[in-house]
Amino acid sequence: MKLGVVTFPGSNCDADARHVSALAGFEVHALWHKDTALPDGLDAIILPGGFSYGDYLRTGAIARFSPIMAEVIAFANNGGIVIGICNGFQILCESGLLPGALIRNENLSFVCKDVFLRVESTDTAFTNTCAPGSILRIPVAHGEGRYTASPDVIEELERTGRVLFRYVDANGAVTPEANPNGSLNNIAGIINANGNVMGMMPHPERASEAILGCADGMSVFTSLVASLSQQQAADVAI
Amino acid sequence: MKQYVAHVTVTLRRSILDVQGKTVEHALHSLHMPALKDVRIGKHIELHVAAPDKDRATELVDDACRKLLANPVMEDYSIEIRELADTGVPA
Repeated sequence: MKLGVVTFPGSNCDADARHVSALAGFEVHALWHKDTALPDGLDAIILPGGFSYGDYLRTGAIARFSPIMAEVIAFANNGGIVIGICNGFQILCESGLLPGALIRNENLSFVCKDVFLRVESTDTAFTNTCAPGSILRIPVAHGEGRYTASPDVIEELERTGRVLFRYVDANGAVTPEANPNGSLNNIAGIINANGNVMGMMPHPERASEAILGCADGMSVFTSLVASLSQQQAADVAI
Repeated sequence: MKQYVAHVTVTLRRSILDVQGKTVEHALHSLHMPALKDVRIGKHIELHVAAPDKDRATELVDDACRKLLANPVMEDYSIEIRELADTGVPA
């Protein structure tokens, strides 16, 4: 299974994303923002965290027009799996692949700490190895992670089970205190209507090895492997 | 072609809490300026435009705002535009 990680000028979690994807069993390809083609047979793409283009103008606003983004958008529209982590989530919102926007944290501070996430949907390519309602401990590190969208978009995300991760306390309760940035409805991660594009502010790639203190984030990668394996087995059967 | 200068102001939409604006408002009130309120913090972008007339210049800047300078999901923008004095240098 092939996975590509895009490096934009200012990306700083690209190496971590490549490392953990390889641990999960992917054949990993480093992709460059100026690339105008994707490797043949690519199964998934990660837009990693960082500060692409220095966060100038708005987070993700310039990266969204990088040459490779035309390929990423076409790949996603064709059903390809695309994951945006932190700055990658911001880029996905700017590009229109995901609804809403990520704005300055409510307390105006850069927040860098472990948070608890409740897995809200487990029948997705990104969470199928998680037990329903399970709680993951994963770090956040961002200054602009307050998820916002119009009331009708929020309503649709909630009604259609597209809120994938929600900030909760250690017991799984949705509280204002557990919300690190003021995101509407404590939203930490969402998927698109087709279920192939996912964005999340927390960093699963920073919590995927026991030696680093926590491996909860690995479930995102193992879910992806499980989903793609199942899909490929089904394709072979046809 | 004429030369125009455009001043674009981008602010968070009214429906979105502007926490920077609120914080500055509190600071003003603590400086005993209670008459000042509804503070909004935004961005100011200045750019030059070559266009045959003011309408076309405005259209070009508006297009830039919609595509890149502002994000309509969270921001509103306004454009002020004026013709630059003729410098005598051929465009």
